[in-house]
Amino acid sequence: MEIVIFSITALLAITGAVAMVVSKNAVHSALFLLLNFGAIAVLYLMLYSPFLFVIQLIVYAGAILVLFLFVVMLLGAENDETQGDALRRTTPVAVGFGIVLIGLMVAVALRGAATPVVTTAPDFGNSFAIAQALFTTYLLPFEITAMVILAALIGVVVLHIQEKRSA
Amino acid sequence: MIPTSYYVALSAVLFGIGVIGVLTRRNTLVVFMSIELMLNAGNLSLVAFAFARQDLAGQMMVFFTIVVAAAEVAVGLALLVQIFRTRATTNIDDVNLLKG
Repeated sequence: MEIVIFSITALLAITGAVAMVVSKNAVHSALFLLLNFGAIAVLYLMLYSPFLFVIQLIVYAGAILVLFLFVVMLLGAENDETQGDALRRTTPVAVGFGIVLIGLMVAVALRGAATPVVTTAPDFGNSFAIAQALFTTYLLPFEITAMVILAALIGVVVLHIQEKRSA
Repeated sequence: MIPTSYYVALSAVLFGIGVIGVLTRRNTLVVFMSIELMLNAGNLSLVAFAFARQDLAGQMMVFFTIVVAAAEVAVGLALLVQIFRTRATTNIDDVNLLKG
């Protein structure tokens, strides 16, 4: 039963990723990326991490994807890709090397240790355990994330300041 | 029980697709989406390892990665908008001012 859900979800994730790379329209790319993010969120749930499931849906599928769609539509960059430029010739080479890379990584991954004998503790990954780890062991990194977000906020505001040119 | 190696293999496939996207697409926004795909692939294998070892450290790491990724997307998209304002393009080959 579990393997069936995993197979369907994995198939959806790979389909979304491939369609994202292949589709000509950037809006379609963003929507296929949403499919991929959703599938990965389901995989998080299967790995006993409900907290990351929710975070994935809110931050990735919610915030980041809306930002992508907004910028694509704002810039009108749906089909901004010139065909037949110099790089087209190298595309098959890039795809070939990419497939070789995938093959190597999958081979290494499948050579890895066999199924671990996992006896999942009943409270593994629940919100209590997460909160306890986050606010005791990882308190300093957690507070540093506040600085990271503040830096990003200031950076975005600075980037968007329109300089008044005195002409 | 799904073997951890299946999750890692899936994560490797997604990462490779992201690499192909970065190498072949010329639209900066799609290249950026491919980078996000690679980040997600890394996160997936971290969560799989966290489950295999029954250690919350992996999940914490993914949480911090997601925070940094959100900040990165905000700054990156702001940069893309600025590039579009000055050069009116989203094609990555047209942004070659630093090319020697």
